[in-house]
Formats: sequence, structure tokens, C-alpha cells
Amino acid sequence: MSDFSNVRQVSWHSRGFLASQTAYVTLALALLVAAISVVAPEFLSFGNLSNVLTDFSYIGIVAFGSTLVIITGGIDLSVGSSMGLSAIIAAMLFRALGPTAVAAVPGAVLAISVVGGLAVGATIGLINGLLIAYTGLAPFVTTLGMLSIVRGLCYAITNGQGVDITGPEANLFFRLSDGTLLGLPVPLLYLLALGVMMGLLLHHTARGRYVFAIGGNERAAALTGVPVQRVKTGVYVLSGLTAALSGILLGGWLGSVPANLADGYELRIIAASVIGGANLLGGVGGPLGAIVGSALIEVIRNGLVLARVNTYWQQTVVGAIIIAAVLVDRLRSRRLGQ
Amino acid sequence: MTLLTLEDVGKSYGAVQALSNVSFQVGPGEIVGLMGDNGAGKSTLVKIIAGVFRQSEGTMRFQDKEVHFHAPVDARKAGIEVVHQDLAIADNLSAAANIFLGRELHRRIAGFRWLDHAAMAKRSGELFNELKSETRPGELVRRMSGGQRQAVAIARTRLADAKLILMDEPTAAISVRQIAEVLALILRLRDAGIAVLLISHRMPDVFDVCDRVVVLRRGRLVANKAIASSSPQEVTGLITGALETA
Repeated sequence: MSDFSNVRQVSWHSRGFLASQTAYVTLALALLVAAISVVAPEFLSFGNLSNVLTDFSYIGIVAFGSTLVIITGGIDLSVGSSMGLSAIIAAMLFRALGPTAVAAVPGAVLAISVVGGLAVGATIGLINGLLIAYTGLAPFVTTLGMLSIVRGLCYAITNGQGVDITGPEANLFFRLSDGTLLGLPVPLLYLLALGVMMGLLLHHTARGRYVFAIGGNERAAALTGVPVQRVKTGVYVLSGLTAALSGILLGGWLGSVPANLADGYELRIIAASVIGGANLLGGVGGPLGAIVGSALIEVIRNGLVLARVNTYWQQTVVGAIIIAAVLVDRLRSRRLGQ
Repeated sequence: MTLLTLEDVGKSYGAVQALSNVSFQVGPGEIVGLMGDNGAGKSTLVKIIAGVFRQSEGTMRFQDKEVHFHAPVDARKAGIEVVHQDLAIADNLSAAANIFLGRELHRRIAGFRWLDHAAMAKRSGELFNELKSETRPGELVRRMSGGQRQAVAIARTRLADAKLILMDEPTAAISVRQIAEVLALILRLRDAGIAVLLISHRMPDVFDVCDRVVVLRRGRLVANKAIASSSPQEVTGLITGALETA
């Protein structure tokens, strides 16, 4: 009874990061980048790479928030609409405050506008979170409703018109949202900084551990005294915040915020999270997966363009990649007998 | 000194009397088997002791003081821990993460509270050693055997320094080899002076490790005997009603 000869350490290649979906999707991304570089050498040109890195950053930033929600076993369909409304409110504040006395303080107009936009995203997330965590509504239905409510607000308050970002500090706005630093596009820098923060939060704080525990076994988490409702509400707030930041950055890139900004992005964002290894059943996911998943989608889109494939095929290919990623994970788990 | 004393404890749900006049005691370091058929009132009794329900009648004393538990957290504070049948562990987390779930150890770096992984792994390793269970603190629970999972759930109660552990069917749905492992864990708890109330359907388990057996039938206590002076045949008779009382 006291010999445990049947208990042995799992071999190195089938545990930890190397055994995760994120690992082989990273490998797939590397192979894909190599293949595209050979077929279409212009992929590696500075201009093209810079575009790819900028484009995927908008999705990647929101994929962080979306991944947090997915780890708890929830889903947030309202992120595309939140991106739109947050950017619209930020742009409106920016225009409205420009001619006022506030503009006398350098940076004040920009700061208030950005904080205002972020507050909109956080509020949408808070409402989602409270409804889901405290009244027990299903995340899918709640955030589906919120998707529609918020997109409706986008059209109602703008009357369907785009909001131009104009004002005395417009150039500062553009530099901070669409400039470059050390040759790197700033959205990518925001993405990387947020990725590090999310990694620290998830793996080195009790809050982060609770996010995983809730996704793994919500009842067990509650029994051991984890504040399940507060943590759940928190992930939706963070999801709304990342959506707001990304929406504002996207607005800065466009120079004007259309009422349909980021319409339909929620599916690309959720796809990025899932391809990167977040499991919709909860309990699995991380920032690296969100980055790799977003990058993979963008590289495929870019690669198809460079290969002169009809752009209408993009969606079909991305859909096939989603299924392939989860299918490979499923087959691997079955082989390991989990 | 007795650890837990129940006096005429009863529980009714509306017109249904689930439990009536249950009185028995559990001493420190004693392993008591709680047996009975489905619907005999075992889980109701366990939930009362664990603070999930309040009894409708009778009194409960713990360490010679009358106690009134309003929630499971009250029972836990008094020193009563439950190992649930489904173990209530998150299998996407490591053993150490589960043991410390909800009471993580921290250290302060740059003004923030960060998880102290090393300290939690070390303490978990000590607990597994104490339980003589070969379980690695860093391993995911998903990859563990039924016996190791029980060790994780039991180690969690050790961390809380419980005086009485209620174990709900710990040997249901695991292999024979793992059952032996779990029974060994229970004996380790006794060696550490911890009392165990073992709820089980398996007669061999109760006769292997328990000092005493308490049998419930239709909400009433029908036997409270030393294992040495009983037999599986007698207990089976008491459970089914073939024997009225012992």
C-alpha cells in the first residue's frame, strides 16, 4: 500500500506549456510566417509587417479581456459594440472640450476624453457582469442583448454620422494612438504592455487564480470562499475596458469614428481567443494565446491578400482555422486519455 | 472530553421529519462510521454538522460548548471541515493551488501582493508527506488518480487545522487500490489526533478503519456500537431493518 510505483511524473513533452494548444498554434504561426515569406517576400517588408502588427493589435487587446471572460466559462459578445460606443464618446468629448477653457491645460482635453471613453466601456462591462454574476443570467444572452443595445446607442447618438476627431490636440491624439516608438507601432506596444500585466494578474495574484478556479469548478471555488460574484463581475469590466481602449486606438488610426466602428468584431475577437487556446468550457487560456490567436488570423488574412487570393475567401479560411485548432486539441487530449 | 456531542437532534422539512432524536458523541481522534440506506438521513445529519442546515430540534456541542452554525463558514471556523463526495476541487489547477484556494500565501513586492508560489508548494509538500501520499504539489489535479485527489482534498482540511473532518463517501467510484490509499489517509488523520466522521456505503471500509459505527434508519439512530463488538451482518441487518435495534 505504501509503494507508489504506478505514480510517475508525466514526461516533459506532454505537460506544461509544451502540451498546450497555445504552444502548437505558436508553432503553426511560425511555420505560416516562414511559408508566406518564401512565397511572397514582400510579406517581410517593413511597411507590410508594420501594418500587420498594427492591425492585429486592435483585436489582440480586446482578446485579452475576452480571454479572461472565457476562462471563467463565460463569453462577451458585446465587445464590438463597446469598442464603437467608447470611441464615439471619446471623439465627441474631444470635439466638445476643444473650444472650452479646459483646453488651456495641456493634455487635459485628451485625458478627459480618453478616460470618458474608457468609463463607457467599463460601465457596459459592469452592467454585463452584475447581471451575469448576481442574477444568474446566461452570459451569451446577456451580452447578445448588450451588443444590440450598445450598437443601437452608437447610431442613435450620432444619428448614423461619423464623428471626426478634430481639435487643438488632435495631433497629440494621433501620435499616442497611431504613432510609432522606436520604430514600433504604438498599438503593438499597448498590446505587449497589457499582455505582461495580464500574465502577472493571472499567474501571480490570488484574483487571477480565482479566475481559473471559477472556470474549472465554480461550486468548489464558492465552497472554499472565493468571492465568485465579484471576480466574475470584474472580468466583464476588464473586457469592457480593453474593448474601450482598442476602440479609441482604432478611432485614432481612422481619424474619425464611424457609427459602425468595429461592427461584427466580436466574432473575430472570440475566434482569436479560442484559436489561441482559451477553452469555451472555462478554466484554460492566457495572454500569449490571445496574442498568438490574433496574430494567426491577421497573418492568414494578409497572406491571402499577398497571394492574390480573392478576399472573399478570408472568412472561410479563418473559420476553418478555428475548427482545426480546437480539433487538434481534442484529438491530442483523447490520445493522452483525458 | 468529547469533541462533538449531538443531543436529540432533529430536522423537519415542512411536514417531513427527515431526522429525529439523534444523539451520539465523537471523541478526539476517533473514527466513526455513519451508515444507513439512501434516505436514512445521513446527508441531512452531515449538513447540520457542517453548518449547511440548522437543526429543527436538539442541541449540538463542539469541544463542550454549545454551537449554532448559521453557515458552513461558522463550522469551518470552529474546526469542522468537510471533504465533499465530488471533492470540490478545480482540476485545471495544481494540487498546491487547490489546497490554498481562498487562503493563498502572499509576499509583497513593489507594494503589491503577489502569490508566494514557493511557500505554498513547500507547505503542500509537507502536508502530502505527513499523509504519506506521493502527490506532487505542482501537478495538475486533472492528471491525478482518485486516491491522489482525495489526498488533495484532505490536505486542504489539514491546512485549516481542523479537529473534525466529515468525509462523504470518499471511496465511492474509485479503484480497490485507491480505496486502500484513502483508508490509509484516514488512519493518518487519526494518528494526528483528528476525528473523522466517515459516511460510507461500503461495509469493508467501515470495518477496516472505524472505531465505532452509527447506523441511521428512517431518520432515527438505531445503533451506536464499537466496531469490535459488532459484525458486518449485524450492521447490514440494522441498515435494512431486519434487526430493529442492536
